[in-house]
Amino acid sequence: MKPFEIHRITRAQQLDAYCELLGQKFFGHTVLGNAALLGVSGLMLPGAFQKEKFRIIFKESMTSIQTVNIEAPAKVKRQRLLSTFMWLGIAALMVWAFFGTEISLAKLLQGVGESWKLLFGTSDKPNSGFIPPNFSRFPEYLEQILLTVKMAMWGTALAIVPAIGLSILGAKNTSPHPVVYFITRRVLDLLRAVPEFVLALVFVVAVGLGPFPGILALAVYTTGILAKLFSEGIETVDAGQIEAVRAAGGNAFQAFTHGVFPQVLPHVASMTLYRFESNVRAAQVLGLVGAGGIGFFLNEALRGFDFPAAGAIISLIIVSVFFVDFLSSKIRERLT
Amino acid sequence: MIRLEQVSHQYANGTLALQNLNLEFGGQHFTALIGPSGAGKSTLMRVLNGLVRPSNGKVWLENTEITKASDAVVRLERRKIGMVFQQFNLIRRLTALENVLIGRLGFMGTLRSSFKAYSRADRELAMRMLERVGMADQAWQRADTLSGGQQQRVGIARALAQQPKLILADEPISALDPKSSEQVMELLLEIQQQDSIAVLVNLHHLDAVRDYAKRVVGLRAGQVVFDGRADQLDDDAARALYYGENDTAETASDALNLERPVVSMPISVPGSSAVITNQFTINSYTHDPAGLSNSRSKKEWK
Repeated sequence: MKPFEIHRITRAQQLDAYCELLGQKFFGHTVLGNAALLGVSGLMLPGAFQKEKFRIIFKESMTSIQTVNIEAPAKVKRQRLLSTFMWLGIAALMVWAFFGTEISLAKLLQGVGESWKLLFGTSDKPNSGFIPPNFSRFPEYLEQILLTVKMAMWGTALAIVPAIGLSILGAKNTSPHPVVYFITRRVLDLLRAVPEFVLALVFVVAVGLGPFPGILALAVYTTGILAKLFSEGIETVDAGQIEAVRAAGGNAFQAFTHGVFPQVLPHVASMTLYRFESNVRAAQVLGLVGAGGIGFFLNEALRGFDFPAAGAIISLIIVSVFFVDFLSSKIRERLT
Repeated sequence: MIRLEQVSHQYANGTLALQNLNLEFGGQHFTALIGPSGAGKSTLMRVLNGLVRPSNGKVWLENTEITKASDAVVRLERRKIGMVFQQFNLIRRLTALENVLIGRLGFMGTLRSSFKAYSRADRELAMRMLERVGMADQAWQRADTLSGGQQQRVGIARALAQQPKLILADEPISALDPKSSEQVMELLLEIQQQDSIAVLVNLHHLDAVRDYAKRVVGLRAGQVVFDGRADQLDDDAARALYYGENDTAETASDALNLERPVVSMPISVPGSSAVITNQFTINSYTHDPAGLSNSRSKKEWK
C-alpha cells in the first residue's frame, strides 16, 4: 500500500515555474529579462501547455517521499524551443512580406467609393456599372457557359489516364526506382508550374483559336495536379493488402490492379471531381487568351466597357460554379 | 516440401533477423512457430514464400531453389504456398468472393485479370472454398462489412483457392476474440488433415500451440532453440524460450518491460497548494511461468 498525492498544477503555475526556470538559466532576475520572457512565454502558451499536468507524489511511509519525474526530457524541451523559434520565424517572414506590398488601410478607405461607381454606375450615367446586369443576350451566354463546362469535362477526362500512369511512378511505395520517383515528381512540378493561360497560348498557336486549345491546356495542367494527388493517395494504401496479392502469386501489375487500385479508387474519383470543379473555373479564365468559352465573351465585354453585359456574364458564371460545385460535392460525399 | 539450408537474413538497417537456419517443413504436419516478438518468425515466413530473399543460404521449395531464381519463377512457385495474415489483408472494398478469387490471380493472364474475367471454374472453386469456411452466405458482401473472425475465414478461403501444398499463417488469431480464434484454429487443423497438406502457424498463444500443433519450432534471436513434439514443450522450455536460460524474476520483468516509477526529487512549484490525495497500489508482478498471459500486471487504482 502506497498512499500518494497529486498536485494539480494550473496553467498559470506551469508558466510561473517555466519562467522561473528559464529566467534563472538565461536572463537572471532582471526587469528586461522578465519582459523578454513574458513575450516568449506568451508565444509558447498554445503549444507547450495544452494539457493540464499532474504532479504525483508517492509516499512510501510518512518519512520518505517519492515523486514521479514530470520534468520534460531534454529532447522534448529542444522541440519546444524549436517550435518557439519556428513561430518567431514565421512572424519575421510576415513582417518581411509586408514591405513592398504597399498594404495601406487608408488608401483602401479613400478609394473604395470609386469601386462602388464601377459596380453600380453613377447617378449621371445610370446602367453603366456591372449592376444591374444586362441579360439581353442570355441564350448566347448560356450556350457559351455550357461550352465552358464541356471544355472542363474533356480537359479533366483527358488527364485521368496519364495522371494514373505518372502517379504510379511518382508514389514512393510503387515507384520502380528512387531516381524514377525523383524525375517523375520534377516533371509533375513542371506541369503544374506553367500557368494554364500560358499553356493555352502555346496550344492556340498550334491548333488555332477556340475551345480545343483550351481543353489541351487544361488537360496538361490537370495531369500534373491529378498525378500528384493520386500518388499521395497511393502512398497511404495499406501495404498488407498488396502483400496478400503478391503472396497469392500475383505479379507486379496485378498487385496494382487488385491490391492498390481498389484502395485508391474513391480517392481518385473524388480528386477527379474536385479538379473538374476547379477546371470549370479555370476554363472561364482561358477564354481571355482566345481559347473559347464564356471567358472569351467576358473579355470582349470588358474591353468594350460594356459593364452591364459583363455583369450578366459574371452572374451566370457564379450560378454555374455554384451548380457544378454542389453537384460534384454531393457525388463526392457518396464515394466510399 | 520446403527446406532451408544455412539461411541467414540481415535487413538493410543491420538487423540480423535469421541466423544459420536449417529447417524442413514438409509432409503433412501441423507445425507451430513460436518465440518472442522480434525473434524472426515473420521474416522466416516471408523467406519461405519468397517475398523476402535471404542474404545467405538456400531455400528449396520441392525441387526448386528459390533464393537465386528469377522473380517469375519464384512467383510461380509461390502459388503452391497459401498465406494467412494477422490483419487478414483482405481488399476491403471488394466482396468476399472477389477476395477469394485473388487466390487465382497467379493462375491467369495479366490482361484477363485486369478485366476481372475469372473463368467459370475459378468462380466455382472460389464459391466452394467460401462454403468450406462457412462464409458462402456472405460471398457478395464487401470485406469491410465483415467481422474480424469472418474476415479471417475469407482469408483462409483465399489461401485455399490457390490449392496450396503448404499454408503459412502469420499470427492468424492475434487480432481475434477467443471464440473466433478457436474457429480459425479448428478450421486450419481440419484443412491440414482433410487435404493432407502442411500448415505452419506462427503463434503467441501457448494454449493453442499445445491444443493444435504436432510439432513446435521455437525461435529466439533468429536461431532455432526448440524443435520437437508439442508435448515436449513444458513450462521450463517455454520459459527458456521467452525469458532466456538464466531466468529470474528480474529478467522476466525486464522482458515484460514493466514500468516502474522514476524516483526523483520533487521540483518546487510556486503557489501549488492544491493537493489531491488518493490511494494507489502496485501489485506484485504476477509472473506467468509459461508466458501465456497477455495481461501484464498493471498499476491498479482503487
